[in-house]
Amino acid sequence: MTLRHLLTTVALALGLATGAVAQDKTKVGFIYVGPIGDGGWTYEHDKGRLAVEAHFGDAVETTYQESVPEGADAERAITQMALQGADLIFTTSFGFMEPTLAVAAKFPNVKFEHATGYKTAPNVSTYSARFYEGRAVQGHIAGRMTKSNIIGYIASYPIPEVIRGINSAYIHAKKVNPDVEFKIIWAYTWFDPAKEADAAQALIEQGADVILQHTDSTAPQAAAEKAGNVVTFGQASDMAEYAPFPRVSSIIDNWAPYYIARTQAVIDGTWESTETWDGIGPGMVKIGEISDAVPADVKAEALALKDAMASGSYHPFTGPLNRQDGSVWLAEGEVADDGTLLGMDFYVEGITGQIPN
Amino acid sequence: MGAIDPALLLAAIIVAATPILLAALGELVVERAGVLNLGVEGMMITGAICGFAVAVNSGSPALGFVAAAGGGAVLALLFAVLTQVALANQVASGLALTLFGLGLSSLLGQGYQGIKPPPVPRLDLGPLSDLPFLGRVLFSHDLMAYLALALVAVVWAVLKYTRAGLILRAVGENHDAAHALGYKVVRVRVLAILFGGACAGLGGAYISLIRVPQWTEGMTSGAGWIALALVVFASWKAGRVLLGAWLFGGVTVLQLNLQAAGLAIPVEYLSMSPYLITILVLVIMARDKSRAPASLGRVFHASQ
Repeated sequence: MTLRHLLTTVALALGLATGAVAQDKTKVGFIYVGPIGDGGWTYEHDKGRLAVEAHFGDAVETTYQESVPEGADAERAITQMALQGADLIFTTSFGFMEPTLAVAAKFPNVKFEHATGYKTAPNVSTYSARFYEGRAVQGHIAGRMTKSNIIGYIASYPIPEVIRGINSAYIHAKKVNPDVEFKIIWAYTWFDPAKEADAAQALIEQGADVILQHTDSTAPQAAAEKAGNVVTFGQASDMAEYAPFPRVSSIIDNWAPYYIARTQAVIDGTWESTETWDGIGPGMVKIGEISDAVPADVKAEALALKDAMASGSYHPFTGPLNRQDGSVWLAEGEVADDGTLLGMDFYVEGITGQIPN
Repeated sequence: MGAIDPALLLAAIIVAATPILLAALGELVVERAGVLNLGVEGMMITGAICGFAVAVNSGSPALGFVAAAGGGAVLALLFAVLTQVALANQVASGLALTLFGLGLSSLLGQGYQGIKPPPVPRLDLGPLSDLPFLGRVLFSHDLMAYLALALVAVVWAVLKYTRAGLILRAVGENHDAAHALGYKVVRVRVLAILFGGACAGLGGAYISLIRVPQWTEGMTSGAGWIALALVVFASWKAGRVLLGAWLFGGVTVLQLNLQAAGLAIPVEYLSMSPYLITILVLVIMARDKSRAPASLGRVFHASQ
């Protein structure tokens, strides 16, 4: 009894103490879908969080919750973070969209930022990167590097984000190699190293000698390395430990500038609900170093493509492009609008197979 | 569709089935002794990192597997102390063990991301490995895959034919009667729990050293829970655990291959097929009157 009393007093004192400190500090919370050590998607978000800490020092306190499943439990995790006094919460996976909106409605004074979603609210912003620009570069290199003309693609969930990536990679692979064929596996997971390795293995056995992945772990890189002659690309993070081969380049998500800017906006009281979608130009998407395993001319072409997209002179979805069923999507010279891209639910002409519902 | 090479497919199935097979075999022995340890996932992932770290530092995968078994057993010892000595609730202790194992493994794994483990050689079976079809399917695996199969036979035979197996089953069916006969219930259970931990650790290391080969936090991602479910659906029989592991691993790999081969079956159905088919087959097989060990999950104390 006495012990419990003592503990309660201590807990209360601690609570008061942290409560007092919290008043001067801006608290920023992060909800992650995978572990911070996944080496890919979540790892890069956490680098962004650390950059916020380094930039603001004592003025900002960050917290995070890793491996939060998409679905009902996400709402609990976000609510808990809001209850702990967070001023700004980043929820960093597509499946956190509805939970974020639900919690945001209950905490009108807390600012929320949801990555890769398309629904906003007065206190919910969305932000994402134009990863499809990076996919264009990958597709180009993949089309030029493949000898079997079979490119394997480990997809995660059938959402616009992933479908855009497949389309962009396919268009640019096809452009440099008309014989190229895509084999796509839907893994229905963002993170399951064993399953990702099995998927990569299945694609390799099906003759793929280039593997693109839209899942978060480095397991497909390891599978490709074991196979010996298969090219891969780093996903979300540089995955440089598998360079120069099999990993020949990568798409790197660079969230730090955005996280710092949004935290600053909360501190200044200028935060507003926005929809941010930045690409290679503003630096939210980076192309990891193209290794020497890629021939010099291919590397030069890929870099030229990257520069053209950065300057805005080239858009990866430029007509003429048809949908998978052969109907016209974009006429000659026409450029896809963001609305269509954000809701993309169809393959472009030439890709075989169906998108799961 | 015809593009799937059955030999490669079958070989991949054995690799995919081995981790859950090892973990499920261990848990089977634990449950036959009357203990429900829900910490399989935690012990697997601890085994995965212990095995990985030791294999990387020593350069020997064999030492890695020994360490993995040790790591899993040490974690299991914690569970044994909690449930057999302190008489804590087994379900709660098991869940806590999983959470603890996941946290401990990510702590131990700091600095091991992106490192490549020493390769595990395929067992050289001489001319057998050169046989046209069977050579690739049966005779071109690593030693651990064969050990896992041998373990199925050993567990089955020991439980069925030996005195030790009889005592273990007696403890699991009615610990009061076993105690009255003079058997050391707690000692038998602790040994079973340690064996279960070692097996789970081996299963985890099979993922981190052979199937994936790398270390990533949370890399077992639910394999331990699959193993737990397998034991139940296999009605606590070693042979059926093997069947279940092959089915689950097999359909998992098969559905990925079917997708890659471009078969026109909706992917949603393919993705759920491993769970559905495994449960269906094992439930149908379990229609004979097999049931859980009678003392499963019950707390034993000699004074009661």
